[in-house]
Amino acid sequence: MSDLVEDLLAGKHSALARVITQIENRSPGYREIISDLHQHTGTADVIGVTGSPGAGKSTLVDKVAATYREQGLTVGVIAIDPSSPFSGGAVLGDRIRMASNAGDMDMFFRSMSARGSLGGLSTATTDAVTALDAFGKDKIIVETVGAGQNEVDIVRTADTVAVLVPPGSGDDVQMLKAGILEIGDVFVVNKADLDGADRTVQQLREMLQGRSGRPETGHHGATELAGHAESDDPHDDDAESESWNPPIVETVANRGEGVEDFLETLADHGEYLDRTGRREGQARERFAAEIRTLLREDANELLADELDRRGGIDSYVDAVIERHTDPYTVVDEILTPLRDCLDERRDEA
Amino acid sequence: MSVEQEQTERTIRCLVAKVGLDGHDRGAHVIARALRDAGFEVIYSGLHRAPDEVVQAAVQEDVDVVGISILSGAHNTLVPKILDGLKEYDAFDDRLILVGGIVPDDDKDELRNLGVDEIFGPGASMEEMIEYIHEHAPER
Repeated sequence: MSDLVEDLLAGKHSALARVITQIENRSPGYREIISDLHQHTGTADVIGVTGSPGAGKSTLVDKVAATYREQGLTVGVIAIDPSSPFSGGAVLGDRIRMASNAGDMDMFFRSMSARGSLGGLSTATTDAVTALDAFGKDKIIVETVGAGQNEVDIVRTADTVAVLVPPGSGDDVQMLKAGILEIGDVFVVNKADLDGADRTVQQLREMLQGRSGRPETGHHGATELAGHAESDDPHDDDAESESWNPPIVETVANRGEGVEDFLETLADHGEYLDRTGRREGQARERFAAEIRTLLREDANELLADELDRRGGIDSYVDAVIERHTDPYTVVDEILTPLRDCLDERRDEA
Repeated sequence: MSVEQEQTERTIRCLVAKVGLDGHDRGAHVIARALRDAGFEVIYSGLHRAPDEVVQAAVQEDVDVVGISILSGAHNTLVPKILDGLKEYDAFDDRLILVGGIVPDDDKDELRNLGVDEIFGPGASMEEMIEYIHEHAPER
């Protein structure tokens, strides 16, 4: 085990920070670090927060983190901002909003940039969550702009996903378009003191009632404004078939209003996950997805190397354009040795 | 320059921090943007940060460069506190510490002795600063 891992497990802040840097840079050896850390994970509660730019995600996260800290819990936050597709540079500004936790070292806040075309941002985020979990954080919050598929993947690393919707964010169609509506476990109408908040809540509620594959059970919060799921569930026997209707919470994050409600709702969802065994199910799905992603990335890399060794993709493209060969034949040619090799191994075993 | 090429190098992370009672952040904004355009990842602290907040940000974000902007003249009080904090968290040696602002010559030596790597005053160009960072960013 490397010194860095030992330092991290011993609670050294700079070691945690450096591990996340190595994850981001995919420095040599970062894989061993994650492997060493994995056995120390599994204790943190992971919350994903997403929503359109300016919805108030950072401000809400700041208040939530401060409340957890008051309860004596340790908190880690990963905030993801976009990077410039041209220079690769980025200005990461989420930190400005964390005024309530300034100078508090047990509130670990890390900004990450999307790093352009690197792709594996969701992998880096998952690994960063692993590092925070192994460090011993009680609550981990992943905050990202909910703009595309990549972001949806990222928040899926969370046990509970909160989607922030600011008032007046367009008509019903606009809401339908946003795929993020389908991943929310809790919906937050932030800036609820603004005009149009009631209307947004109303629209959201209609949208959520029409959500497919979610049978109406009637005893959960979707019809209730503050959305506290009832804890004295009358149907304990069929807990496994119990479904979760995402509650809608109203907050005014900059004044801290509604934050307690929001936290209660998060806790309710956590209880629901435990009661129905879904937490374990989610973890299984998450690890399965992670294994698949890593396999895909590594296989890609392996094949890219092989392609380079064979003189690069351009010569193949030339041959295809000249109609000497076709894409399927090219792929077969490159993959056949690999298949043969795997077959041989299988025979040996 | 394509992003692909850029990524073959390590991405340099910079903290741009405004400390103390100094509300003038136009320069810090200009610098943040120029560093971004140079391909760095810039973490901007926002205004009126206390030294321990700057330390917290520098440690947690694991930046390569800590850029401290002070126009209030309080550098002799604030900068040493930041340096001490960085040392306390074992985050001083492998970080480039830059100070920007109006620092009298007499104070410059003092700050350098304390561990500030470079001081950029009025008239310093962005190219100069970016080149300095590229040359001196710590090996990690």
